[in-house]
Amino acid sequence: MTLSAVIWLLLGAAYFIIPLFATLLISLKSTQTGKCCTAHNYGWVLHNGDFWHTLRLSALLAVETIVISLALFVPTIYLIHLKLPRLRPVIAFLALVPFIVPPIVMVVGLLRTFKGTPDWFYQKPYGFLAASYVILAFPYMFFSLDAGFRSIDVHTLTEASQSLGAKWPTTLFRVILPNIRSAALAASFLTLAIVMGEFTIANLAAFHTFPIFIQFVSESQGFPAGALTLMSFGITWAAMLSLLLVGRKRGARGAVIAGAR
Amino acid sequence: MADEGRVGISTDAAPQALRPDIASGRRRLPLAWLGTVPFFAYAIAFLFVPAGAVLLGAFQDKNDNPTLANVRLLFNHPYIDAYKTSFEISIVTALIGGIVGLFIAYAAIREGTPAWVRSILTTFSGVAANFGGIPLAFAFIASLGPLGIVTVFLKNQLHFDLYGQNFAIYSKLGVEITYMYFQLPLMILVIAPAIDGLRKEWREAASNLGAKQWQFWRYVGLPVLMPSILGAMILLFGNAFAAYATAYSLSSGSVNIVPILIGAYYSGNVLDNPHLAQAMAFGMFAVLALMMLIYIPLQRRAARWAK
Repeated sequence: MTLSAVIWLLLGAAYFIIPLFATLLISLKSTQTGKCCTAHNYGWVLHNGDFWHTLRLSALLAVETIVISLALFVPTIYLIHLKLPRLRPVIAFLALVPFIVPPIVMVVGLLRTFKGTPDWFYQKPYGFLAASYVILAFPYMFFSLDAGFRSIDVHTLTEASQSLGAKWPTTLFRVILPNIRSAALAASFLTLAIVMGEFTIANLAAFHTFPIFIQFVSESQGFPAGALTLMSFGITWAAMLSLLLVGRKRGARGAVIAGAR
Repeated sequence: MADEGRVGISTDAAPQALRPDIASGRRRLPLAWLGTVPFFAYAIAFLFVPAGAVLLGAFQDKNDNPTLANVRLLFNHPYIDAYKTSFEISIVTALIGGIVGLFIAYAAIREGTPAWVRSILTTFSGVAANFGGIPLAFAFIASLGPLGIVTVFLKNQLHFDLYGQNFAIYSKLGVEITYMYFQLPLMILVIAPAIDGLRKEWREAASNLGAKQWQFWRYVGLPVLMPSILGAMILLFGNAFAAYATAYSLSSGSVNIVPILIGAYYSGNVLDNPHLAQAMAFGMFAVLALMMLIYIPLQRRAARWAK
């Protein structure tokens, strides 16, 4: 290794580790004395009702978003690989849309469009917010699943399945789905990470999700906010490591375009 | 299409078998198209209609009559200042993040660096690129805020008063430093495949022909990498331009950038005209769409040397 390579890598490492280390130190300080070290802040978080409430809401939103996105994307991408290859550029374009229409722009349009729709949709996170998050998941779903379908022979699998007398649902669920499982899981973990951290739409549409709770705590109580920040980092870390475990392929590009900024 | 050509001899009949309408010469209702209806219906309802609402709303007055007044207002104070600050932050973090990210990525990939360095860097970049928003802002307040660990350390141990030097984490500079935390990893992830495309043989060929190190970079390395670097920097620009949560949390909404101005309309009633917020959103859309128009041809050129 040359000296310049070592210096660049060390500089990068310092920049990335120092903020996390500072957060760790802050999270161990006592609220009463301002001194190190106590686990009290972690206890405060774990005994906070709003923490569990908002964490559960965000987790359920993530699950709902993943289920809806997979239901929309798996059949569609299956069909474009099997029969409609001409449609592929159209859907690839849609997957790039979050770059041109970021959450801050999208939420303005969503609020204008759906204002006045029934309360069960507009006033409920599981309606309005989940519907918006599915759009945020577009790039993750497309890039992962498209790569997954490209790596299997869709035509042969479908033909074989049908020759053996399988109907469409059987082909889709018992032949195709197991073969693209790791791509679907990768897309799901990315979606999980994004929904657990999404602040923009939730804030402007006034829903109390997990990131809104972190913001509330960091405005009012510094030390517990450190504990929360590390926990949130842990969630992102776990989601990305799970992604690596299921085999990261070509989802990376889509993954990094739209983050929770 | 390409996919059908790939099927090969043994399954030559597959496309026809799956499309009986072609074989029989009859035109049937295209069932495959029907299968994509849910997806497109969803995209229209939750993507195109809302995006259209922004475009339309930007050009309407309070009574929904067409007007250019909102968009014209964007070129006046304070709105033009917000665009200016947004541009500055995005350009600075894209340029510096792009260059530094390139050096870090190259340091990890070049010959002589052990392979585990690269796999750790890629893993960490994947996490850091997705670690944004409120927790990221807090991590930087904890380090460089008025009572942050680094600030206090500099003051007590090195007798250097950061906040006496006109620095603040909630200033434009503070926002830029914080944005680097997702800009650098993004650059590393995007540029790494392009660096892989620089073949070892080219460097050997250049040195066999007597080229010095700088000559290799000037005439071979940089020209090959340039479309990828510019494309990646455009991604970085858009990434910073669209960011809302991090700046909002760092500054409690006091940094004057476009997303925060839009957000202010919805949280408090700072603006009384919703069409103005839509016009600001339209302005962001226009800038990002322009970036995309530059990005796509660059991406195509960059793909030429990709492995």
